[in-house]
Amino acid sequence: MELILALGIGVLTGSGVWLLLRPRTFQVIVGLSLLSYAVNLFIFSTGGLRTGAAPVLERGAVGHLATHADPVPQALVLTAIVISFATTALFLVVLLAARGLTGTDHVDGREKDR
Amino acid sequence: MPDALLLLTLVGLPFLGAIAAGLLPTHARNAAAWLAGVIALVGLGLLLAAYPTVAAGGVLRHEVAWMPSLGLNFSLRMDGFAWLFAGMVSGVGVLVIVYARYYMSADDPVPRFFAFLLAFMGSMTGVVIAGNLIQLAFFWELTSLFSFLLIGYWHHLAAARDGARMALTITATGGLCLFAGVLVLGHIVGSYDLDAVLASGETIRAHSLYLPALVLILLGALTKSAQFPFHFWLPHAMAAPTPVSAYLHSATLVKAGVFLMARLWPVMAGTEAWFWIVGTAGIVTLLIGAYIAIFQHDLKGLLAYSTISHLGLITLLLGLNSSLAMVAAIFHIINHATFKASLFMAAGIIDHETGTRDIRRLSGLNRFMPFTARLAMVAAAAMAGVPLLNGFLSKEMFFAEALSAEGPLPLLLDILPVAATVASAFSVAYSLRFIHGTFFGPDPVDLPLTPHEPPTWMRFPVEILVLTCIIVGLLPAATVGPFLDMAAHAALGAATPDYSLAVWHGFNLPLLMSVIALIAGVSLYLLLQRHLIKGVEGAPLIGGLQGQRMFERSMVFLSWRLARTLEGLFGTRRLQPQLRLVVSVAVVAAGWTVYLRGLGPGNLAPAGIDPVLALIWVIGAACALGAATQAKYHRLVALILLGGTGLVTCVTFVWFSAPDLALTQLLVEVVTTILLLLGLRWLPKRLDVPGARPPEVITATRRLRDLGIAITAGVGMAGLAFGVMTRFPPEILAEHFLERAYTEGGGTNVVNVILVDFRGFDTLGEIAVLGAVALTAYALLRRFRPAPDSVDIPEQQRDQSAYDISRPGRREGDTVADWLLIPSVIARLLFPVICLVAVYLLLRGHDLPGGGFAAGLTASIAMILQYMLGGTQWVEARLRVLPLRWMGLGLLLATGTGLAAWAFGYPFLTSYFTYVELPLIGSFPMASALAFDIGVFALVVGATMLMLIALARQSVRGHRAAAPRPSEEPPAPTTAPAATAMGDD
Repeated sequence: MELILALGIGVLTGSGVWLLLRPRTFQVIVGLSLLSYAVNLFIFSTGGLRTGAAPVLERGAVGHLATHADPVPQALVLTAIVISFATTALFLVVLLAARGLTGTDHVDGREKDR
Repeated sequence: MPDALLLLTLVGLPFLGAIAAGLLPTHARNAAAWLAGVIALVGLGLLLAAYPTVAAGGVLRHEVAWMPSLGLNFSLRMDGFAWLFAGMVSGVGVLVIVYARYYMSADDPVPRFFAFLLAFMGSMTGVVIAGNLIQLAFFWELTSLFSFLLIGYWHHLAAARDGARMALTITATGGLCLFAGVLVLGHIVGSYDLDAVLASGETIRAHSLYLPALVLILLGALTKSAQFPFHFWLPHAMAAPTPVSAYLHSATLVKAGVFLMARLWPVMAGTEAWFWIVGTAGIVTLLIGAYIAIFQHDLKGLLAYSTISHLGLITLLLGLNSSLAMVAAIFHIINHATFKASLFMAAGIIDHETGTRDIRRLSGLNRFMPFTARLAMVAAAAMAGVPLLNGFLSKEMFFAEALSAEGPLPLLLDILPVAATVASAFSVAYSLRFIHGTFFGPDPVDLPLTPHEPPTWMRFPVEILVLTCIIVGLLPAATVGPFLDMAAHAALGAATPDYSLAVWHGFNLPLLMSVIALIAGVSLYLLLQRHLIKGVEGAPLIGGLQGQRMFERSMVFLSWRLARTLEGLFGTRRLQPQLRLVVSVAVVAAGWTVYLRGLGPGNLAPAGIDPVLALIWVIGAACALGAATQAKYHRLVALILLGGTGLVTCVTFVWFSAPDLALTQLLVEVVTTILLLLGLRWLPKRLDVPGARPPEVITATRRLRDLGIAITAGVGMAGLAFGVMTRFPPEILAEHFLERAYTEGGGTNVVNVILVDFRGFDTLGEIAVLGAVALTAYALLRRFRPAPDSVDIPEQQRDQSAYDISRPGRREGDTVADWLLIPSVIARLLFPVICLVAVYLLLRGHDLPGGGFAAGLTASIAMILQYMLGGTQWVEARLRVLPLRWMGLGLLLATGTGLAAWAFGYPFLTSYFTYVELPLIGSFPMASALAFDIGVFALVVGATMLMLIALARQSVRGHRAAAPRPSEEPPAPTTAPAATAMGDD
């Protein structure tokens, strides 16, 4: 299990970083999204991979790690998902504004001169 | 008067006065002068009040805890030595203020001048009575700052600006060295307290860090006191108004350096390093300064180099490691202050009344201003060391010390008396030049002003100072004796030697040296007459040795060439190298940490591989790789693949017991995809031309390198993730939340309770960020101008219109009107259902997966679905969404819930909960956190809708294209994509 997820995170990171270093803004935005999946999964995985652990308490009861999933990484990731949505949206709009203003979708706002 | 009040007033009053003077009207010359004068007199009065204590060997102290954790106190401390310096600062200060009142023109903003002067006075007093070293360094830098402002007072003159900048650069850099040195010294002693430092001389000198501390502190002192090779700033500082020169360069600023050396003399002197550094700097400065002074044509320039030379003398005395020499140094500090201040003032009077300071133009002024001439002659004679004046006494002491000095190298000591005599002869020569060149000779011709005596009160300070020179010269023991004795005892303690302050010591070697120096000086001046009359600039032989040029070169190098080179090497305006650097540094930093700490096996055995999950991740990885390869030419494909990866992530969350995450991820996935889809319309077309030429070698290499970085990052991250997953820390935070989620937060969904209750403040911040992002996106889109090649209606819409027009019986727009008719009807029917789901998710959030975020996103999806299937116009005719109100409401509700806790006397965002029975629905958790969650919900709805609608409206808005940039042709839509398609990484 751990191995699969670790490999998955690795592939997502690699693809994300590759795209992050590309010259077109759309590539970068896709790269950032992939990278944020990888990071979210990584943070999530710090709580340990638990199949079948209860995420919700019994009413009136006290939870324990033995039976329940670790809520802290989950809370962190929930925040991270929303924030990465916000950054993606912001970056998209900046990208569009820059594309309108400069006429190109190169990350530097101009085609590379050779 | 209590010590505390006295000391605080002494330091603080000048600063208060500076602020008051700064607030006066621009031309309130008299008011500012009175204010400054009264403050300086009050300072003098305070010192008189303190005199009985310090004269009896006492020390005035005042300490306030400043940083107790570091054992650092704000401490003021005045002993006899500090008293003497404070006396000079205040005493000469009073005289300079009187003088400046008459010197400064009514056109100048005089209150500003006095404000700077007072602030400088306060800083200088702060230096001399500082009770700990950090504080001393602080006031030291303040003196640099205010001297900068004073030297640059006439900031319309380029010379003043340059001189001020040079002085600041040199002295403030020295100040930084001093600060470092003081820190080292404090480390050695274990305290920054001056008393503690002065009590641990043995420890300091024996410590291995003695030399670094010494060098750093001396860098501070030698730059401040304009010692070779840092002397060159002082002549340039002569661009200051003359009262400033008279104050800063006789009694105060430049004396701070020798003050510091004398202050630390008991603990730092006495070593060979001290002898070599201080002594060498002193003797070289003494000779060079005196030599150059002879050849100056500017009166103030002559005095500046003479000041350098006399400071060299004092430094040399301090460097001789003899306590008698130390006493001589203190004595000469006093004497130099008196005669040099009066000479500067005399030079200022000459400048003021004739309009020039150039010795070549001045002549015969004795007949026009006889009284000033007498005063200047006496002061110059004191500078030359003529008997019966104070300069003679300290010079005699210097000669005696030069003859009896003990040091590591006998040869050097043999030349010391010779050097002293030579320097003294030079000093006679330049004093003679000052007097003879200015006051004697034929009547001056062609002066800018007709010379005459200055106003009485302008001459008054000079009279006082010259009188001091004479009285001290005649009756040293009765006048300056007690003060000198007090200062020497305070500085040296029990080690104070016996010395004699008599005018006549009988016929001895020092007297002989004086006589030789006098004769040699006069002869030298007569011999040099022919050279001097030629009026050549600069001193012969060493004219090429210009510290100023070196300074300027290094400034140009540092601030221009080096900066440009570094920018060229490390700076870039291109994003790719920057990101490459960021990623590489992250990879290296992570790798380095692992390398240092080692990475053994974890304490958890990895669980067996589930084939289903493995298959899911094969798909996920394939999607990610596909997105990575397709994002350039096939954006839509890449977007779909990205969604695939998102879904796999979502499934993973479900798999590993995180339903809340899965829900939110799924909803965010939908909204993000719609957003990006809306954006695709405005991006340039890029076509993958099959069989086109392969990328260039450089591009291919770059790609290979990026691939390497990406693979390294991926492998590293995989390893890291595996390492983390196979470890379980002994103690984790989860238990805390699991135990308290229900008992204290009132909810069974722990994640939600954490978000809205335990960490509610974080969530408040987060929704504020979301709101800010939405507003930013909205603002950017309001001014959105598409690129010229994106303005036209898209190809697909053109095709539809063409089809509609070409078919009989169809009108333009029919195809769009029928577009996805059935799904849109279903979507309309689904709208209330989805909204209900949203409300359900919101209400149950505290106990079951759901919550404000998920509910908000669901509601936005319900609305955006209508936009997508019904069209913007259709929806907006029926459904008015006011995103800004949603956002405002949400933020207010969330903050209001937090504030409500205050009304009940609890901290911000404390939540309260209970269960209420509702008919039909049943028992239902009613926590104040729910109100907070509703706020989150409203904000998420508002923010998401604001961005989506703003972006969607761009397609129906009429657009003006952004003007093409003049430098380049707007790319033609049909040919440009192929041209930019290949190999542009």
